[in-house]
Amino acid sequence: MNRGQVRIVTLKIDGKDVGARENETILEVARENGFDIPTLCHMEGLSDIGACRLCLVEVKGSNKLLTACVTTVQEGMEVTTHSPRLDSYRRMTVEMLFSERNHVCAVCVSNGHCDLQNLAVDVGLTHITVPYLYPKVSIDASHERFVLDHNRCVLCTRCVRVCDEIEGAHTWDLMGRGVKTRVITDLAEAWGDSESCTSCGKCVQVCPTGALFEKGKSVAEMTKRRTFLPYLTSMRNGDE
Amino acid sequence: MREKLAEIKAIEEDAKAQYTHTVNVCTAAGCLSSGAAQVKEALGKEVERSGLERWCQVKGVGCLGLCTAGPLVEVESQSAMYGHVTVEDTPAIVGGLNTKPVERLRVPTGTPFFLRQNRIVLENSGRIDPERIEEYIAAGGYSGLVTALTEMTPAQVIDEVTASGLRGRGGGGYPTGLKWTTVAKAPGPDKYVICNADEGDPGAFMDRSVLESDPHRVIEGMILAGYAVGASQGYVYVRAEYPLAIEHLKKAISQARRMGLLGRSVAETTFGFNIDIRLGAGAFVCGEETALIASIEGKRGQPRPRPPYPAEYGLWGKPTLINNVESFANIPPIIRNGGEWYASLGTEKSKGTKVFALAGAITNTGIIEVPMGTSLQEIVYEIGGGVPGGGRCKAVQTGGPSGGCIPDAYLDNPVDYDSLRSLGSIMGSGGMIVMDDSSCMVDVAKYFMEFCMTESCGKCVPCRVGTVQMYRLLDKISTGRATLEDLALLENLCDMVQNTSLCGLGQTAPNPVVSTLRYFRDEYIAHIEEKRCPAGVCKIHSSVAQTDSPSYAVAEVAQ
Repeated sequence: MNRGQVRIVTLKIDGKDVGARENETILEVARENGFDIPTLCHMEGLSDIGACRLCLVEVKGSNKLLTACVTTVQEGMEVTTHSPRLDSYRRMTVEMLFSERNHVCAVCVSNGHCDLQNLAVDVGLTHITVPYLYPKVSIDASHERFVLDHNRCVLCTRCVRVCDEIEGAHTWDLMGRGVKTRVITDLAEAWGDSESCTSCGKCVQVCPTGALFEKGKSVAEMTKRRTFLPYLTSMRNGDE
Repeated sequence: MREKLAEIKAIEEDAKAQYTHTVNVCTAAGCLSSGAAQVKEALGKEVERSGLERWCQVKGVGCLGLCTAGPLVEVESQSAMYGHVTVEDTPAIVGGLNTKPVERLRVPTGTPFFLRQNRIVLENSGRIDPERIEEYIAAGGYSGLVTALTEMTPAQVIDEVTASGLRGRGGGGYPTGLKWTTVAKAPGPDKYVICNADEGDPGAFMDRSVLESDPHRVIEGMILAGYAVGASQGYVYVRAEYPLAIEHLKKAISQARRMGLLGRSVAETTFGFNIDIRLGAGAFVCGEETALIASIEGKRGQPRPRPPYPAEYGLWGKPTLINNVESFANIPPIIRNGGEWYASLGTEKSKGTKVFALAGAITNTGIIEVPMGTSLQEIVYEIGGGVPGGGRCKAVQTGGPSGGCIPDAYLDNPVDYDSLRSLGSIMGSGGMIVMDDSSCMVDVAKYFMEFCMTESCGKCVPCRVGTVQMYRLLDKISTGRATLEDLALLENLCDMVQNTSLCGLGQTAPNPVVSTLRYFRDEYIAHIEEKRCPAGVCKIHSSVAQTDSPSYAVAEVAQ
């Protein structure tokens, strides 16, 4: 990417004029300028897929809501990051996530440092209006150092992407469809038997919830360390 | 090449002239499943036994349209169509060839079902043997292609398509000419043409019928598209559940190749084009263009956010033109007769004709093609023959799981993209399910929601979880356990899923609920407040005060 030749555009975010490079996404520009847009599947350093729908924003002139993480800025764009409508959709989306699997914070190793929990606080979710689905799902503790707990998985596919794009192992993938979708290792084998897994643990570190965690760590210890990601990606891009 | 086509045409006509009688047996999937293959074999044997083989030809043809009366047999010389033909009937049919048609088997062909249609896409359907390229050529096939390649520039081809006013027949209704222009203008040497034959709406079988009855038409349309936009490779993405369509398509592609109409040099010109088939593995979402592309690329069939649109960034990152089977099938006649001719049919904003698959509580189940703007009334009561037994048509469901239910009172509306949208439904790909008073609208909405729930790919949260929650609320309503708060929650969820889902599947999944709530709210209220199903379809729980047990819910979801 030759940054010298990238054009600069100006746009409005929540009424404030901001400048941006034309190949930046709305999310990048918004965060640079201190606007907060909630995200879940997005992770800096990984490709964006627009799946969690939390970063939807209103763009003047578009009748559809657009995902800030994959929409690039345009000259003269007018973006609204928060409105009663957006806030309500976001709250319902988080509600959907909580109802989908068994997110019982009190007994979760990620309690207190969980992206989903933080999201609930951000969108002002105190209780959910839809019934819990209570699916019966399994736990895979066959790996010697890590555990996969489907009860906490939100299918953000950060693990899938970090394993494929950064580690290059592509151990993780998805199986099934709809609400029955599951993350799997190799061809749905036990994680401990996986031949492609390098046990690097990147998936565990990027996982937003307690779906992937390290064995033998207490709640207080199980914080996710993600500094490696911007470091690795900027080294690879030759930025610094 | 033109001479070659003319020669084939002459040979075909000579061959046909040798026979006094041609007996056409419908060998499309519908009739085949009711025993058409056996009937055809028996007819052949019977002709031989009677020593008529020099005068009578027994031919397998594509769909004759009136699927409800299958297996269908047509005797051209006597202009007689026979329905529900069995092997036992064949001696009578052959015996009647030189005398009188067999009246007891005859299907009246003077009815609106046959007279009111205007067949463009289906012009060869039921007339030619879909497994022989010669018959398609004799019917004027590939002549438009040769004209385009030798006398027209790609821009002129696009101009004709634009002038025709053709809009995407897959459901979206996007102007086909505009789509072609966008792909043609996209830079780069590698471009692709994809034919979307992943027809998955319940009750829709138009594309299957076209592919089974006249596959060359789709191939010709794709080659023309390739020439117009500058692509040299095409793919037909067809669902594996259509084995006969795939077989006919494969045969057609190899015949076209042998004839020099596909390959490095199409019709002896410098333009090269190839077509390959890719089979869908049974996911409804793969009819969505970005998911379809992912599936062709060998990836998990999941959509991605647009823009960028496939016209700019499609298959393997290259500009890609995706059209539906019926859109491609309309192209050869447009090129042959000109865009103006096509634009003279239909309404102001929806030009041409549309193929519909009639299903449900209707007398004449089958495939029809009518000009755009024909009223639903005419389609259901006249062409379709109304509800069997003279009952009342309660509603017509169009557009499959993305569409809606149009009640009886609105049936005088014309069928075109815009009027159906204003009624809260969509044109969709052309499935039309007629419902009478025995259908419960809550049950219908629940059925379609269940479909969307199981077909959701699971990528985005609103569709993945929202459809499950909506389905469970509908189930609660239909079993009489719901309250008015549940209905309000359902409406909220509909709004959220519509506006926040990633692709068309999720964005339109609530449509059946929204449209039935719009026209049949009283039925929902009856289920909730009076704990009864007006149509007597839903089983209301005997003790409605029961609370949901979580373990019961698990079994349902985990199934």
